[in-house]
Amino acid sequence: MAADGQPSRKGFFTDTSVCIGCKACEVACKEWNQVPEDGLDFLASSFDNSGRLSADTWRHVAFIEQRQPLGHQDPGVGRPEGGAGDAPGPVDLGMPSFDLPGQRTGEDGGSGGGDFRWLMSSDVCKHCTSAACLDVCPTGALFRTEFDTVVVQEDICNGCGYCVPACPYGVIDRREVDGRAWKCTLCYDRLGDGLEPACAKACPTDSIQFGDLDELRERAERRVEDLQEAGVSSARLYGEDPGNGVDGAGAFFLLLDEPEVYGLPPDPVVTTRDLPSMWRHAGAAAVVLLAGAAAAFAGRRS
Amino acid sequence: MTNPEHTGEGAAVSGRDAITGAAGVVSEEQRARRGEREGGQRSGRRGGRRRGEPTRVPDADFRSYHGRPVLNQIVWEARDIGGYLFLGGLAGASSVLAAGAEVTGRPGLARPLKYTALAAISGSTAALIHDLGRPERFLNMLRVFKPTSPMSVGSWLLMGYGPLAGAAAVTAATGWFPRTGTAATIGAGALGPLVATYTAPLICDTAVPSWHEGYREMPFVFASSAAAAAGGVGLLASPTAQSGPARRVAVGGALTEVAVSSFMEHRMGLVGEPYGQGRAGALTRAAKALTLGGAAGAVLGRRSRALSALSGAALVAGSALTRLGVFQAGVQSAADPKYTVVPQRQRLEERQHSEERA
Repeated sequence: MAADGQPSRKGFFTDTSVCIGCKACEVACKEWNQVPEDGLDFLASSFDNSGRLSADTWRHVAFIEQRQPLGHQDPGVGRPEGGAGDAPGPVDLGMPSFDLPGQRTGEDGGSGGGDFRWLMSSDVCKHCTSAACLDVCPTGALFRTEFDTVVVQEDICNGCGYCVPACPYGVIDRREVDGRAWKCTLCYDRLGDGLEPACAKACPTDSIQFGDLDELRERAERRVEDLQEAGVSSARLYGEDPGNGVDGAGAFFLLLDEPEVYGLPPDPVVTTRDLPSMWRHAGAAAVVLLAGAAAAFAGRRS
Repeated sequence: MTNPEHTGEGAAVSGRDAITGAAGVVSEEQRARRGEREGGQRSGRRGGRRRGEPTRVPDADFRSYHGRPVLNQIVWEARDIGGYLFLGGLAGASSVLAAGAEVTGRPGLARPLKYTALAAISGSTAALIHDLGRPERFLNMLRVFKPTSPMSVGSWLLMGYGPLAGAAAVTAATGWFPRTGTAATIGAGALGPLVATYTAPLICDTAVPSWHEGYREMPFVFASSAAAAAGGVGLLASPTAQSGPARRVAVGGALTEVAVSSFMEHRMGLVGEPYGQGRAGALTRAAKALTLGGAAGAVLGRRSRALSALSGAALVAGSALTRLGVFQAGVQSAADPKYTVVPQRQRLEERQHSEERA
């Protein structure tokens, strides 16, 4: 609680370095929020079959397969190569690789082994400080809660669809069957009862952490320092900076590669930042139209 | 954003890197160097470069998530919202011309323009309502007034403008209340320019790259396109003796539209590309051909009723295609992660460079 009795700002810190891609967050979100089925598709993009955030996918786990050395760590199984006498060589356990299964033989197993890494990241609505979806909503269906999160009131939304292209992250979407816009509510109903959101509750590795935003930012700062110190040079925070294009996201991330690799925009800016200038330009164009028409009538009578 | 420290190539792989595999994540420079060495493996490793369909243009160097768009696709129907943009413009500019014709005593020009304004604004509103996910909740648009939402501003504008355009048309048709009719005509003429231009902020106030980036020119494109369409209606429906101002507005609007939209497409650089490609490119080219053809016909056909009418029809069609082309360009730019990622990455790198220099 803040000093004025208002609850402090709540958010998510998603630490993708410990995400194991179990999708428990996707399932828990669907269960708790009764989100309809989002298409039982095979997308042929690693283990990702929900593809993107949408009206029916409020948590989305991204899977990225990269040809990066894993450091040739010993998985603790099989036998060391060139072992004594009749000891069998390493066994192909079908671990992920860029080769066809079973194609890697003992001889080149040493060079190709572990040349694969998997990035996994659970994406969610960013609950922006300056939220474009909320700004452009003409009905007031989208509103900011006492927890500083952004929520759609489904009994107000008339499905105009303006919020969909306004979101710089591609989060909010219109549900075709019911015509209204839907997205993550940061489990507004659970927050009211002092519970943490379903996804964070279900996350088995604490990759999804819920809490006061200030505290999460400090924790994330420490985590990224620890990782950097341990040699994970690619660890970086995404969206936590209150000086960014959306004035800081309520849900931010620790990533191990550039944001666009995870399907996140590298430098999103809330579109309404330019709206005052847009109105000025529109006003100028209206004046020009009026002046042009007046000039056309002011000419000789014909 | 944390700028990663680089462990340096060739450094021993140990510690946490061995677990996370992050040792392989290196700076852009190092990646480029390694990319040269690895040659053919490059595309495989950079999963984002794999695209579902062959690209029409050479790829800008960028990464993405399985080639998927960053933005969610626009849910509006091209026919509804493209039509709404066109009809709103036609209505607004028609009211401006109708007011001018009324004041300067050209009833033969004023009357068809008043009818056009009412029909167009009705069609525009119908298209908007039809496109709602919940049309029965249209009146929720009037729950609040939000200057941050061009759609809210536009809804209120239509509430003010619609009845004025209606009164102007009905009094013209019936001959009742002539003074009220004149007042309504002038009122609609005063609001008309706003009706014709507010739709530009409406579409530009989104994250759609090919819309947002054009926010400076788009209102002028829309205003001039609306002028060309309304002038076209004037040529189509009024006797040549009274259509002089409509002809001048049509020609001026048409030339301005083609000039400003061409300027906009070039100035936008990469995100201007969709205006020249695919369906959007075809629509935009057809729009320009019709608009320029209509303008030429309007000049040459000064004394010919038939040629004037034909030119007018071409201008109206050109204006409609302009809006559909703009709409389609937005759809195409939202569908390709290139238009989202590349400009943002550039902006980010420019900022980092200037910070380093500072």
